[in-house]
Formats: sequence, structure tokens, C-alpha cells
Amino acid sequence: MKMMNCPLNGLRNISEFVHGGEVKEMPDPNSCSDKEWADYVFFSDNAISVVTEWWLHAPSGYWFIAERHTGSDEILKTYDPSVLFSERVEFSAPATEVKA
Amino acid sequence: MPFSLLKYGLNKDYPFEQHADLPKPTELKPHYDVVIIGGGGHGVATAYYLAKYHGITNVAILEKSYLGGGNTARNTAVIRSNYLTSEGVKFYSESVKLFKELSNEFDFNIMYSQRGQLTLAHTDAAVRGFRQRAEVNKHFGGKTELIDPQQIRELVPTLNMNPADMPVLAGLWHMDGATARHDAVAWGYAKGATQRGVELHQLTEVTDVIVQQGKVTGVKTNRGNVSCGCVVQAVAGHSSLLAAKAGFKMPITTFPLQAMVTQPVKPFLDPLVSSPSLHCYVQQTGRGELVFGGGSDPYPLYSTRSTMDLKESLLANAVELFPFMANMRLMRQWAGLTDMTSDYSPIMGLSPVDNYYLDAGWGTWGFKSTPICGKSMAELVASGGKVPELIKPFSMDRFNAFRQVNEMGATAASH
Ligand SMILES: Cc1cc2nc3c(=O)[nH]c(=O)nc-3n(C[C@H](O)[C@H](O)[C@H](O)COP(=O)(O)OP(=O)(O)OC[C@H]3O[C@@H](n4cnc5c(N)ncnc54)[C@H](O)[C@@H]3O)c2cc1C
Repeated sequence: MKMMNCPLNGLRNISEFVHGGEVKEMPDPNSCSDKEWADYVFFSDNAISVVTEWWLHAPSGYWFIAERHTGSDEILKTYDPSVLFSERVEFSAPATEVKA
Repeated sequence: MPFSLLKYGLNKDYPFEQHADLPKPTELKPHYDVVIIGGGGHGVATAYYLAKYHGITNVAILEKSYLGGGNTARNTAVIRSNYLTSEGVKFYSESVKLFKELSNEFDFNIMYSQRGQLTLAHTDAAVRGFRQRAEVNKHFGGKTELIDPQQIRELVPTLNMNPADMPVLAGLWHMDGATARHDAVAWGYAKGATQRGVELHQLTEVTDVIVQQGKVTGVKTNRGNVSCGCVVQAVAGHSSLLAAKAGFKMPITTFPLQAMVTQPVKPFLDPLVSSPSLHCYVQQTGRGELVFGGGSDPYPLYSTRSTMDLKESLLANAVELFPFMANMRLMRQWAGLTDMTSDYSPIMGLSPVDNYYLDAGWGTWGFKSTPICGKSMAELVASGGKVPELIKPFSMDRFNAFRQVNEMGATAASH
């Protein structure tokens, strides 16, 4: 079976991993237009090239980043998301009181 | 014979043979009214209907490889209309109607074989979903009903009613379900189109799209440039790559889809049998081979390689459905590149570039739509961009309006 190097758990069978899509810059959901949000959520380059993508190691629930060639399926690098993301993104929905 | 085989083997060029029913290749003309990129079933069907119903024959189909060599030659040929949404059912029902008449229309046998499709429910949620699908189908004139385990046993006596410890609770019995010879569909359309004056150029790859002031004016190919009035893009798994050349992105991700077939055995299985929970469907061809298919590969890739992982997971479930198949031998396996959308519905209609029309997002389910998609795309082109009612819900813009047409549950492993 094809193997992938998980930055947390080392070399594992590819069947333990879940693909999470291209790493894209997220527009600010509070200020962006619907078109910009749709672009972020649905549209992608889907190119034949080295692509930076999100992957999940399912058994340990660990998300990381991989650089993979979408033509040859060669996995060039895997690393912890902290390499690209230094800040937490807060999705704080204002709390509303539920009336019984 | 051995000598010609040797010559064939030593040929430096791609072993490309002249099809008896198609005209000899010609030079590309400098201008066409319509350029169709992709000589799969969809491209040739569009050309056929343009010529037949709209008298538009200054048309070139540009195919980088050979006629119908893409997903058209790789699919498992399931034809059905038992989808979930009214938009979907209406659209696919029209296709089933056209398919039934194609052999007569072409005067060429596409081996249309209506044997019904049986989808199995192993959970209460699936039974509820099937009930809804049966009603939507009947509403649009389809023959679909919910049947119980006893009726399933009678239809398919060889089926294990408790596969993988997931008892079969009910079935969605779609009497319109059918198969056809996929290559013959492409050949029939190509023959009909070229007889009416359309040019089919194989081994002709579109390498770039020429856009001026937001409007397409021509394409570049490995055999030179051609100018054109409009373009229809029908390249399945390569949709995003072509769109990038025209300057826009699509809501599509390309995944390999694998299928396989066994040695032939005595006929025992009439209907097409599919289990969404087991991600698996099985059918027996007219020659007696068993065809297996399942879902797309788990992650995106532009490669038509086959994997051991998929064989293991798919066949384990197929053997659960029909345990006696465990000793059969596989004869062939293959893969195609499927252009998946997130709502499992296609993309037909306008693009951000004027006069550049889209026929894409057919993923794992587009063979069955070949006739009606071709007919609708021809209408769109002939009217100069007026989108026919039937395909309006499938515009690419639906994603910008968050108005998806969700067919995921009705597609899954059933294609
Ligand atoms: C294994 C498998 C099983 C399937 N099973 C089913 C099924 O049971 N039922 C069903 O309804 N559907 C099924 N499908 C889906 C179906 O096959 C496709 O949706 C359908 O064939 C798409 O037809 P098309 O003409 O759009 O694409 P294709 O037949 O793929 O044609 C596109 C053509 O475009 C050409 N092309 C690409 N780039 C260029 C370029 N730059 N220049 C020129 N030409 C180019 C390609 O060479 C190709 O021939 C299956 C698919 C696969 C892979």
C-alpha cells in the first residue's frame, strides 16, 4: 500500500489518511462578498502540479499539510500546520440565549 | 497477418487506424463556426444535434487522443433516471427516452439493454430516501418502486440478503435501468455528425484558448491555430485545465475512478445491482462477464493507474453480495479521470468568457446523459447563448448563489 509520512506518527498506510483539499487563503467571512466566499469554498485550481493540501491522520485526529504532485502522486513534504499558520482563527458566533 | 502485426508493432506513430465509417482526416480549416473541445460522447453528440436539428455544420471536434477514448470508453454504462431532485430526474428521464431510440436513429446497434436496476437499502434512513426517490420518479413518468426482501429474492435469487452483517431491508427497483455499448454510442454520433459535414479531428490537442475582450475568438492546437465563433468545452476530467487556459476556475476536483471485469460465466444476473452502503455495484454483461464498480478514489489525482487497495476493498464487498464469486478471476481493470462537483450534479451552460460554453462536472455519472446533454448543448449554441430551461438549474453560477442541486445520495456508488 502507498505510505504517507505523518509529521506526528511517522510512516503510515495511505488508507489511514483523509484528504482535506487545497490550502487556500480564507477571506474574512464577516466582510467578504458572497462571490468571494463561494470562490473560497467551491472553486479551485485543480491543476496538475505540486499542490499544498490539508490532510488528516484519522486515527489520531491530527491535521497537517502535505505537498504532493497531482500528476505523479509523489508526496514531497509533510509538515505541521504551524509552519504556515502562526495565528489561531477564531470563529466566535455570538452566544444567544435559548428560551424554553 | 503476422507481418501486418509486426508492421503495426514497429510503427513509430500512435497506432491510429482509420475508422471504416468515418471520413479520412483532413487539414484543419482556418475558421469554424463552432469548435468542440473533446471527442468523447458528449462532444460528438453536441455536434450531431447541431448538424441535425440546427443545420450548423461548419463545426470541428478537436480530440487530443482518439474518438471516445476518454471516460466514454471507460464507464460501466449504467443508464438510469432514479435520482432525487426534480431538476435531476426531469433531465435524466429525457436522456433515457432518447437512448431507447438511438439504435433506430443511427441505423447502428448501440446494444441498448433494459434490464432494470436494483439499489439495496441496509438502513432505515436509506429506505426513507428510496421512498422519496420512487415518488419523485413516478411523478416524472419513470418506472420506479420500493420493493421488499421477498421481491428482491425473486428478482436476484443469488444475492446474499445479509451482506457484511447489514441485512437488506428494501430495494429501489428502477425498471427503466439499462446499459448500452458505450463505444457504439460515440461511434453512432460521430458517424451521424460527420455524414452531415462536421469534421472530427483526432490526435488534435487544444493547447491554449484565445480570449479577446472577454470573448473567445479561437484556439491553439498542436496542428496550428483556428479561429471560431464559439467553443464548447467537453473534456471531463480535464475540465479545470482547459478552463485555466480560458482564464477562469471551476468548482471541480479531478479524481480517478476505477472499475474491473471478470472472466465470462453463464448468465445468472439480469438486473444491475448496487449497494450504496457497500460502495459497490455489480452487473453481468451480454458476454457473461461481471463488471464491478464503486466510488471514486479517496483523493484527487490525474492518473489512470489502478490500485491494489481499491481492488481489495471493492471486491471484498462484491463477494459479500454474491459469495460464490469469490473464486472468479479478474480479466481487466482500468480507470478514468472523473470531474467531480461537490453536489454531484453536472455543469452545463455559460462561462465567465463570452461564447465559451461548458459541458463538465460529469464525474462518475455522465454516460447516461450523453444524448440529452448533447441535445441541450446544441440548443444553447444554436441560440447564441440562450440557456434551455431543462439545464438552467445546472449553471456554474449556482455555486455563487449557493443553490446546489444535491444528488450525492442518489449517486454514490450507483453512477
Ligand atoms: C470507471 C468509470 C465508470 C463510469 N460509470 C458510469 C456509469 O455507469 N454510468 C454513467 O452514466 N457514467 C459513468 N461514468 C462517467 C462517464 O463515463 C463520463 O461522465 C462521460 O463518459 C463523460 O463523457 P465526455 O464525453 O464528457 O468525456 P470523455 O469521454 O472523457 O471525453 C473527453 C475527451 O476530451 C479529450 N480532451 C481532454 N483534453 C483535451 C484537449 N486539451 N484538447 C483536445 N481534447 C481533449 C479527452 O482525450 C477525451 O477523449 C463512469 C466513468 C468512469 C471513469
